[in-house]
Amino acid sequence: MIKVEEKLFQNRYKVDAGKPHIQIVDAEVCQLECQTKPCTSCCPASCYTAEGDGQVTLITDGCLECGTCRIICSEYLNVQWDYPRGGYGIQFKFG
Amino acid sequence: MPEKFDVIVVGAGPSGNAATYTAAKAGLKVLQVERGESPGAKNVQGAILYSDALEKIIPDFRDDAPLERHLIEQRMWMLDDDSYVGSTYRSQAFNTPPYNRYTIIRAQFDRWFSSKVQQAGALVICETTVTGLHMDGNCVVGIQTDRIGGSVYADAVILADGVNSLLAKKAGFHPELRARDVALAVKEIHFLPDTTIESRFNIGPEEGVAIEMAGKITRGMVGTGFLYTNKESLTLGVGCLLSDLRTHRISPHALIEQMKAHPAIRPLIEGGEMKEYSAHLIPEGGYNAIPRIHGDGWMMVGDAGMFVNSAHREGSNLAMTTGRLAAQTVVELRREGKAFTAANLARYRTKLEDSFVMKDLKKYRDMPAVLENNPQFFTQYPELINRAAHTMLLVDGADKRSKERAVRQSFVGKRSRLGLLGDAFKLWRAFE
Repeated sequence: MIKVEEKLFQNRYKVDAGKPHIQIVDAEVCQLECQTKPCTSCCPASCYTAEGDGQVTLITDGCLECGTCRIICSEYLNVQWDYPRGGYGIQFKFG
Repeated sequence: MPEKFDVIVVGAGPSGNAATYTAAKAGLKVLQVERGESPGAKNVQGAILYSDALEKIIPDFRDDAPLERHLIEQRMWMLDDDSYVGSTYRSQAFNTPPYNRYTIIRAQFDRWFSSKVQQAGALVICETTVTGLHMDGNCVVGIQTDRIGGSVYADAVILADGVNSLLAKKAGFHPELRARDVALAVKEIHFLPDTTIESRFNIGPEEGVAIEMAGKITRGMVGTGFLYTNKESLTLGVGCLLSDLRTHRISPHALIEQMKAHPAIRPLIEGGEMKEYSAHLIPEGGYNAIPRIHGDGWMMVGDAGMFVNSAHREGSNLAMTTGRLAAQTVVELRREGKAFTAANLARYRTKLEDSFVMKDLKKYRDMPAVLENNPQFFTQYPELINRAAHTMLLVDGADKRSKERAVRQSFVGKRSRLGLLGDAFKLWRAFE
């Protein structure tokens, strides 16, 4: 199966370096309290990765700005989600 | 004193463009703010354009709008793992101008729509994210943007900021979306020569086909898939309720990969060059999920107001219609010298109730709950129907009466007699 990274490579992004528009509020909540970590399976760009020790790593560079991670984290409300600064983030060529 | 507008519209999708165009055309001073590099850069749709909603705004849109193909054929597929049972409607009536619907590529279409908005006299500012609303008590009086000195004021703000509508949440107008009220759809665009598309789909130049799909491709989750023909590309995608994706722990990326591998789909996209992968939430909660859509100094249009008819896969036409009606409301009130209070802006709600928008959404108000609570419609039935077709079509020496009995037994075995009756009733209720 083609990797999602290869698909994202086709997309056009203007990355706001050093200013991720999504942040995990409290890393310990992901690691210790959240058992299911739905963000790691639901994110269509696989921005969230579950590490061996239960930590969740978030890299927003490939984000498609859909809003999924914010909505599915309804139990812990642990995702601080905003739009990128004007002009940054995904720029769809076709949409 | 900062500059003040009659109306500010947040967002340059179909609803925002419809609203801005309508208000500017009527002579109001309108500012439209868009966070993408250009209008369309943040927007994702299948995409099918329904002519009627746009004709009511720009009657001669066909003269220069970037349209891909007009649809002459609509296929509906119910898929099992390696088969499908389908229906097709193809008609010369849909192949006679003026065409009823077209496939479009949103980034191009939205740029075109925006050029019309600017010609109508509106000021359009891109690369600017609106970060909050300015309030005077309960009344929206302006917006805060991420530009330096980024406050702008207006008598009314129309929120066309899409399904997530962070603004409505920050202002406390809406609670957070529920996972059961939105579907996550992922989509790819594959490029192929136009002649290849035309021979594969049995169509001529400019003619198009839309395939809507349900069944095993969503692996038991409430959802659908689609495949549309553009001039020199195909778009295909699959979407499922977010609540189901969460419980099933299935990656949407894996879902679309599996869909592309289906033996009925693979040959259609064979050899295509994939040039973009996108994702988007679709508000599918229907009438019962529609939030507050107006208040003092504000109105809400398009996806932000949950205006999607998921039963008929219609959204952009509801977006354009809600945008147009919201703008018409402020235009009328301004002419009558009335303020943009919640009481006066309630006229927008009345206009919606009188239009197909609320009538259709009301008609299907029970559907989301019925489908969500009855996964058999997406699992057992596609399987039963496909296997019934296989049994009846396979010539293997068994007599037809025995085959019919086997089919009947397969249905009763899976659903029971009472279950079958109940399911028929539920479907009738949902679509009644």
